[in-house]
Amino acid sequence: MRLLTARLSTKRRSPIAGLVVVLLGLLLTGGGYALLSPASAQSGTASQSTVQQGRQLFLVGCSSCHGEHGEGIVTKRGTQYGPPLAGVGAAAVDFQVGTGRMPMARPGAQAQKKKVLYNDQEISALAAYVASLAPGPAIPDPSTYNTTNVDTQSIVRGGEFFRTNCTACHNFAAAGGALPGGKYAPSLHGVSNKHIYEALLTGPQQMPVFSDGVLQPSEKRDIIAYLNSVMANPDYGGAELGSAGPVSEGLFAWLIGIGACVGFAIWIASHSTRSTRSTRSRKGASA
Amino acid sequence: MTGDHEDAVRGNQDAVVAQPQPGHGLEPAGHADGPVDPFADPGLEEHEPRPTDVDEHAARRAERQIAACFMLSAFFVVLFCISFFVFKIGNNPTTILGGYGASNVTLGLFLGLALLLIGIGAIQWARKLMSDVEVVEMRHPTASSEADRVATVEALQQGVSDSGIARRPLIRNSLVGALAMLGLPVILGLRDLGPLPGNKLSVTVWRKGMRVVNDVAGTPIKPEEVEIGQLINSQPEILFEKDANGQPKYAGTELLNAKTKASTIVVRMKPEDITPTPGRENWGVSGILCFSKICTHVGCPISLWEQQTHHLLCPCHQSTFDLGNNGKVIFGPAGRPLPQLPLMVDSEGYLAAQSDFTEPVGPSFWERGER
Amino acid sequence: MSTATTNGKKAAQVHRPSKVGQLATWVDDRTGIAGVAKKQVRKVFPDHWSFMLGEIALWSFVVLLLTGTFLTLWFKPSMGEVVYNGSYDQLRGVSMSEAYASALHLSFDVRGGLLMRQIHHWAAMLFIAAMFVHMMRIYFTGAFRKPRELNWVIGCLLLLLGSLEGFTGYSLPDDLLSGTGLRAAGGFILAIPVVGTYISFFLFGGEFPGDAIIPRLYTAHVLLIPAVLLALIGLHMLLLVYQKHTQYAGPGRTNDNVVGYPMMPVYAAKAGGFFFIVFGVSALMGGLMSINPVWRYGPYDPSQVTAGSQPDWYMGWPDGALRIMPGWETHAFGFTLSWNIFLPIIVLPGLMFTILLMLPFIENWITGDKRDHHLLQRPRNAPTRTATMVALMTFIGLLWAAGGNDIMAIKFNLNLNYITYFIRVMVFVGPVVAFLITRRWCISLQRADRDRLLHGYESGVIMRSPEGAYAEKHLPISTGETFALTSREHDDIPAMPSDADENGVANHKVWLTRLRVRLARFWYSGNIETPSREELEAARHHADDELAEQELAEYHDSHVQHDRHGIETGEVGKH
Repeated sequence: MRLLTARLSTKRRSPIAGLVVVLLGLLLTGGGYALLSPASAQSGTASQSTVQQGRQLFLVGCSSCHGEHGEGIVTKRGTQYGPPLAGVGAAAVDFQVGTGRMPMARPGAQAQKKKVLYNDQEISALAAYVASLAPGPAIPDPSTYNTTNVDTQSIVRGGEFFRTNCTACHNFAAAGGALPGGKYAPSLHGVSNKHIYEALLTGPQQMPVFSDGVLQPSEKRDIIAYLNSVMANPDYGGAELGSAGPVSEGLFAWLIGIGACVGFAIWIASHSTRSTRSTRSRKGASA
Repeated sequence: MTGDHEDAVRGNQDAVVAQPQPGHGLEPAGHADGPVDPFADPGLEEHEPRPTDVDEHAARRAERQIAACFMLSAFFVVLFCISFFVFKIGNNPTTILGGYGASNVTLGLFLGLALLLIGIGAIQWARKLMSDVEVVEMRHPTASSEADRVATVEALQQGVSDSGIARRPLIRNSLVGALAMLGLPVILGLRDLGPLPGNKLSVTVWRKGMRVVNDVAGTPIKPEEVEIGQLINSQPEILFEKDANGQPKYAGTELLNAKTKASTIVVRMKPEDITPTPGRENWGVSGILCFSKICTHVGCPISLWEQQTHHLLCPCHQSTFDLGNNGKVIFGPAGRPLPQLPLMVDSEGYLAAQSDFTEPVGPSFWERGER
Repeated sequence: MSTATTNGKKAAQVHRPSKVGQLATWVDDRTGIAGVAKKQVRKVFPDHWSFMLGEIALWSFVVLLLTGTFLTLWFKPSMGEVVYNGSYDQLRGVSMSEAYASALHLSFDVRGGLLMRQIHHWAAMLFIAAMFVHMMRIYFTGAFRKPRELNWVIGCLLLLLGSLEGFTGYSLPDDLLSGTGLRAAGGFILAIPVVGTYISFFLFGGEFPGDAIIPRLYTAHVLLIPAVLLALIGLHMLLLVYQKHTQYAGPGRTNDNVVGYPMMPVYAAKAGGFFFIVFGVSALMGGLMSINPVWRYGPYDPSQVTAGSQPDWYMGWPDGALRIMPGWETHAFGFTLSWNIFLPIIVLPGLMFTILLMLPFIENWITGDKRDHHLLQRPRNAPTRTATMVALMTFIGLLWAAGGNDIMAIKFNLNLNYITYFIRVMVFVGPVVAFLITRRWCISLQRADRDRLLHGYESGVIMRSPEGAYAEKHLPISTGETFALTSREHDDIPAMPSDADENGVANHKVWLTRLRVRLARFWYSGNIETPSREELEAARHHADDELAEQELAEYHDSHVQHDRHGIETGEVGKH
């Protein structure tokens, strides 16, 4: 080894070797960083053409509400027709467009989840454009919300975070709940890990923001892991009746329970009513 | 229970004799020989036999049906027993029908069917095979006879006069007094059900300089980590501290009691959206405010934060508070604004309380005063 | 005995007593029970489906006793803190009360435990629901009238105690939902003026939540309230047996008799069978439909809450009243009075219960009726009474809906606030409208009965008159139905008293009597009298003519095409 090193150092060394090594190191570090770091770096490095494509899509699909440069449009009454988008970040665009909430069909109390209108490439172009307006939360890297290797302890902890931060609006079974003025917290069933993570990060609509500084990325991941594990559980006690709590249980107690018992009571007592009816009809016939 | 058994007469013909209008009453009025009184009781309808009464074949079939119900019931009990042992419960339960817990569903299904079939069989038995000739039972007056009443009153009066309670008021009054006094041990015995309220409802564990920390995680919060639109469910730091022995300072019931009053939420709005009442100008830190999480209506924890409208909704009875306007009630049954916790930044740059709440948190109570 | 050669023993030898007979003799020798039983064994019960609604309540109570006993074998009514270490992964390692941990243990580590928990909860819902429908049947048919007012009062107490029993049970598992319920209940108690704070501290053994409330509620839930319920149910049944069941009017069914099937064997089979059916329905519900999945709620923590935090349905209407109440609070003399809580949750339920309890006595005071009633009234024949109950039901129903306003908002895409505003108005308007509509509806039905008596039933036969007009042929109803429809009590409208009697002595409390008379007049107003004997005879006579004509016409039709002379079918509809 020593011989080899000595040979290298004595015979192969050239004046520019040092510079080459430094450049190589910089390249490797930069590339590795670009590969490994969360998307914050990615969005910054989105190519100019992607941003340009996003700009075109934005002008066609979004600018009528959000303004030509995402500055937002204020109505005469002073309310916002479409809010300004500077600083909302790529994550917000990915969530809103990726779940079909944007573009909205019409202004309303709340943008609703519906069919997604853009393909993945278009969504990332839009996200890149909006991210270029001002710095904001980037689309999270898949490793941050990957829950495949989360242990039970973390899932339990995720449950505690979920009950403290989420159930008040989204209900104990993540089935959704009502908010004032026709707004609502939607059901979390069937929502992808990425979209839950982005929603926590950006606070879409009325949902509060749970920034990474306060609710750590690992804690967000644990919440998602808890939701996945609960939804993967069997329905231990039978049909869940909408998981809306005692209201739906009361409804079913009346409809099915009292309905069935009264139905049986009618059957039990039906005999004597049959005899009077037959008497009457016979009389009608004989008359 | 003094009903005269002899009044109960079996069968249709006998019953009709007791009615004012003899005859079957089945003929249409127009076809009767003479005029029929339209108000008179035509008497019970004639008993119409069922198929099982006249057709032995039908009766046999009914018999088989009923026996089949009972046998099927026993069969389901066997299935119940098998399911009991076959299907696993616990953390790796067997499932059926696309994700239902197999144990519960099969046990309930087979038990329910077994019970239902016994009931259906018994009722079918009564409907098809037991006699369905209606029986008439005469009613008796509910009240006792006058003679019984008189006799009872006399007996009572005899008893009263024998006791001499009317003639000896001293005995009567002292007995009444003694019995009334026995109420005192009852009341005193219940005294130790709980301590007196004192000022417990008016104070919380919050103190000057106590950090506001994240609920569950217990991590302190720096203002710069809090974004506009953020909601942090938070607690006083002391609930996460440990004593000298490494034991938590608050645990179990004490922890829950403390949380009941001290739970808070931290939110951040744009500073221009906040209109503090005089005296509260320095209660926030650059748009970061801290409010009690306990609803002033009946005390539900309340954290349905609408970041765009700055409204906070209680999921229990829909009281809505405007946190941009000092927690004022804008909808629903709550009577008072949400108490605000004055915030400051401590020497290490973390959010902390300036003091305890300046008013009692949670539901109103009589001694609460006018604060 | 076997060597029965003497003449005196001959009869005994023929009927050698069976084992059962020997036992019966043994018991009767010591109790004399045969004297009581002889009247009850063949006791007659009338047959009608609506007479079995109370039975649903009775049998679900038995189901509750059976399943509840099973649950007590594992449930630990303690608020002591433990770390969960059972089978449910998502909560393992979490600190919780022993009560909640044992509820989880019952659900996940006891085979059939979850089933029993769910049957118990469903049966509790059925128990109170069945009491509701039973009570409505009793009221609508006037079955509460003399001599049965006491049983109405007992029934009201059963409803009240049943609801309390339900609430204590709801609170026991100490999950997030039951804890939130207790938190709200604590807030209600604090709102009681003067003594509220003290009651709260005594009930919870200090501050909420403390460590005393669950053991205390447990004692009430498994001992105190069930014992009183059982005693009252026994009394309820005893009075029912003594007074004999009411029945609907019909041929052979009068105020002086009761017509139906005997206890042995028919009712033993039907009622016994119905027990198995109610148990079977509860078991199927417990097996197939999830109720109160406590593991999803998590342990109670006063800083957590879930959307859709509601009480069980029978407590839904006071909760709804609480939701629509404006936020009124009075601060005076250093004290706080929370009208926003005290009125809807303490005063209103008490008031509604008192009204319910007093209904028979209020009606009796108005009508001044002193007779015994064993025949049921059809709801249409007492329009004011029927309308009163419908108005009460509308009131309770609207509050009940208000109790689920958030669920309605999300399930039907409505605005939560608008629902609340709507119900705030409707609780005042709705009952009045319901009262007026129901009353007129009943009177219209009475009119329909009168038409049926006079003109018969719609035969479905369409006749064409010579002029080409079409009309439906009406045919007379049976004497049995005529008797049933005409056996209505006649309205006994009192006369208005004068200020002074005939001797000129001033009539004290004349205003009260006048109020009573005015109410009585309103009570009976609009009633359609049943036709008089003469009207009925005339209608019969006319109908006979028509019958004869129709037969004649049919005869002609079937033989030759003949002129349709004399068939005045156009007149039929005018009667």
